[in-house]
Amino acid sequence: MKHPGARRWFLVAAVLSLGLGWAQDRLDPYFVDILTRIGINVILAVSLNLINGHTGQFSLGHAGFMGVGAYTAAALTLFAGPKLLPAGAGFWVEQLWFLVALAGAGLVAALAGLLVGAPSLRLKGDYLAIVTLGFGQIIAVIFRNIESLGGALGLNGIPARTNLFWAFAAAALTVYVVTALVNSTYGRGFLATHDDEVAAEAMGMNTTRYKIVAFVTGAFFAGIAGGLSGHFTLTINPKGFDFNKSIEIVVMVIVGGMGRTVGVIIAAVLLTLLPEGLRMLSGVSPSLKWIGETRPLLYAILLIALMILRPQGLFTWKRKKGAVVA
Amino acid sequence: MSEFIQQIINGLSVGAMYALIAIGYTLVYGVLRFINFAHSDVFMVGSFVGFYSGKALGGTSWAGGLGVMAASMVGCALLGILIERLAYKPLRSRSKLTVLITAIGVSMLLQNVGQLVFGANPQPFPDTLPATTFQVGGVVVSSKDLVVLGFTLCLLGALEYIVLKTKVGTAMRAVAFNPQAASLMGINIDWIISFTFGLGSALAAAGGFLWAYKFPKIEPFMGVAPGLTAFVAAVLGGIGNITGAALGGLLLGVIETLVKGSRWSTWTEAIAFVLLILILLFKPAGLLGRVQAEKV
Amino acid sequence: MSLPTAVRRRVFLGVAVAALIAAGCKPSGGGAGTGTDIPVGEFASLTGSEAAFGRASHNGTVLAIEQLNAAGGVLGKQFKLITEDNQSKDGESATAVKKLISRDKVVAILGEVASGRSLEAAPICQQYKVPQISPSSTNPKVTEMGDYVFRVCFVDPFQGTVMAKFAAKTLRAKKVAVLTDVGAPYSVGLGTFFKERFVADGGTVVAEQKFTKDDKDFKAQLTAIKSQAPDAIFVPAYYGQVTLIVMQARELGITVPLFGGDGWEAPELLQGPGAAAALEGCYFSTHFSPDQDSPRAKEFVKAYEAKFGAKPDAMAALGYDSALLLSDAIKRAGSAEPEKLRPVLAATKDFDGVTGKMTLNDKRNAEKSAVIIGIKGGKFVYTETVNP
Repeated sequence: MKHPGARRWFLVAAVLSLGLGWAQDRLDPYFVDILTRIGINVILAVSLNLINGHTGQFSLGHAGFMGVGAYTAAALTLFAGPKLLPAGAGFWVEQLWFLVALAGAGLVAALAGLLVGAPSLRLKGDYLAIVTLGFGQIIAVIFRNIESLGGALGLNGIPARTNLFWAFAAAALTVYVVTALVNSTYGRGFLATHDDEVAAEAMGMNTTRYKIVAFVTGAFFAGIAGGLSGHFTLTINPKGFDFNKSIEIVVMVIVGGMGRTVGVIIAAVLLTLLPEGLRMLSGVSPSLKWIGETRPLLYAILLIALMILRPQGLFTWKRKKGAVVA
Repeated sequence: MSEFIQQIINGLSVGAMYALIAIGYTLVYGVLRFINFAHSDVFMVGSFVGFYSGKALGGTSWAGGLGVMAASMVGCALLGILIERLAYKPLRSRSKLTVLITAIGVSMLLQNVGQLVFGANPQPFPDTLPATTFQVGGVVVSSKDLVVLGFTLCLLGALEYIVLKTKVGTAMRAVAFNPQAASLMGINIDWIISFTFGLGSALAAAGGFLWAYKFPKIEPFMGVAPGLTAFVAAVLGGIGNITGAALGGLLLGVIETLVKGSRWSTWTEAIAFVLLILILLFKPAGLLGRVQAEKV
Repeated sequence: MSLPTAVRRRVFLGVAVAALIAAGCKPSGGGAGTGTDIPVGEFASLTGSEAAFGRASHNGTVLAIEQLNAAGGVLGKQFKLITEDNQSKDGESATAVKKLISRDKVVAILGEVASGRSLEAAPICQQYKVPQISPSSTNPKVTEMGDYVFRVCFVDPFQGTVMAKFAAKTLRAKKVAVLTDVGAPYSVGLGTFFKERFVADGGTVVAEQKFTKDDKDFKAQLTAIKSQAPDAIFVPAYYGQVTLIVMQARELGITVPLFGGDGWEAPELLQGPGAAAALEGCYFSTHFSPDQDSPRAKEFVKAYEAKFGAKPDAMAALGYDSALLLSDAIKRAGSAEPEKLRPVLAATKDFDGVTGKMTLNDKRNAEKSAVIIGIKGGKFVYTETVNP
């Protein structure tokens, strides 16, 4: 997976996340909140982009994997943590355990991805969309039915562990892994699956396997995003990971341009900022109050207009011939 | 035993409405090969058109009720055609995913416009048709259930006639089978697609009217849940197949009702999707659909 | 990755981050409530699937703030209500509340109706030491999140006890069935507290059926309940569904009374053809009745009707009371500083709200009486008041 561009990006991101982690307490909490959500949304969008963009599948259940990760990580810090760690463990032990929780969240979500993906990825296009949509619903119902996970009320009192360092480090890791994976020799298979599945099959490629790898990797990072999100909002419930959340992530990928990592990152940033911008705008004067009330409406109109006028996404530039995919 | 029969009747009555919505999904999928996510919101608009026209009309009578239902059907047929012309037609040559996302956008648009226009509060639906209940042994049958079932059967009959016996229906089947060839045969594809949307939306509106008649509290988000179930019903029956969609709807209605009445009721929402996944894995074409070899 | 793209991206990122950090630095000075007005934050579900509750509560709060300002405000300052909408979505409230606290410097947060979303805001308010007053989240967990979280309504265990006693004594029910909404924490909680109490008092729960929020068809559950022949059916759900549940129960030939909690309280409960007739003889417990005899309540109902053209429900009354309690606390504290408000709020005793006299207990929950309302002749009829 040697790739100089990706490595350089990784360094920049590492410095960025360390810097932001340091700045955490020196910033306005509202901005920290938005920045953290940007980090989490970048992870979600970039990981879904591997499935929906690069590999050309269509998943409508990304939030389901996020939910699996959120519940796993929360269970690890809420229930397992106090039992395994010595009482009064210091800051670094807590942070280390959080890392374990995040890894656990990713792994369990990846396992869920394998369970869903292995049988259903033989299906094509719309059908896959439907199955993943169904999976998202089923996950919510399962969480609601598990009494020890809080049922409909969900889990609350989750310790606040997510900070800007974790959010951005995880985002950087996601971008790095996805970029490096897609640009590796192996990763060309994702693009082949995307471009022409039949031709790829004819060349002797096992496209189903590529799809599963993409799906499991995507689910892994969605799980991490879920773990971060749970330790950030401090309370999670099954409703937070429903169809609507999945659509939110899909929209980021679509707006950014499917298969374009940079575009998707920009879209994730802008779409996280947009509602806050509208919120601010509607607070400027009472005559602009209608903006706040019609926020979801504006969002819908934007989406339709975008699809009709610029379906390749807002932030896509022509891919140069032979250029590496970013 | 009487409890079981009662549950079957309860289930059929809901299932009939799922069937009406499911047919809309199936019709559109047949000609355009995409999932019209906005369909469930057309269903919602259908009950609101019924709400306003029923209020304007006042009183309960068979003629009045039929008139109100006709009004919703016509209103939503127009809405469906409008949506297709404005949002989907410009995308005809684009990828399926683009259209799917647009459909999700239209769905959000209808819900939020609905909230601005109709208000967020659930509205009481006026009584438009007379209603009574009959007691047969230990089983109680509401006239509402009979009306829903009766109307659904009539509408299905009419639809079957249109699709199988009329020129438009033949053209619809031709477009569904092969759009290029159909257009070479002199069929105006745009017109047929508009007609299909109109027809599907009219059925959704009828479903919306009956739904509101049976469950007289309507609000802008009411379409989401029945829409998803009906959609599963369409896939279950074999998407693209009208009889399959109707069968799928009835089947899901009954299964959901039986689960709801059991101790597993908290899993009801998952049932439809578990069935869906099983069907897709073991019989991907659905119960009545035929396997089609993908053209390369 | 071609070089120009990489460079472009890095420049873009650098500029974006620098801009964000510059914009995000802690603004200095201007502590809470030092200006000419007192900023009060509210977060509510003004749009989305639960807008009906959010708007009612919001209307009550707006009315209270207007009246308070018209009467000269408090400490010589006017209130400035800043409302943020969370679109009834989970995961939005925390951000909205952080914005209210850090940008708008509010002295307190009012909200929300749904316990789930109040729980999202509670840890934030606790962290930044800004009091949160929830108007109508009745789940006990909400105020357990910290000592800055308060509420002006009673909690579900109390309501469950009230209804269990009412079922046994007034309805003379020995066998009851319970029908809960598993999608709503409120419903699950209230149902459980009711069951525990009713069984402890010697009754039996013969059937327990469940549904989820979006359901409109309850005949399956009701058919199962009917076969157990209960003396009464407890339905801790929201009014939108209750009307349908009761109507479908009557359609199935179930004649026993159905009863529930404060989620029933809304004029909409009785709207619709046949709704009032079906609900005849049903009961529910709530915080407030617009037909209550208290002059305070009558005044409120009149003002609310004049402003919004509709009768207020319990959510509106509690939204009103939440703002009133805050104003009262500021007056008592002689200051609008959040940290000074906390102990004063905690010491609230016999505060006279439109929903009745309330005292906040050591868990920061309002201890106040519940009202039981019966439906007779197509109207809400005040039946009895149950004191804690």
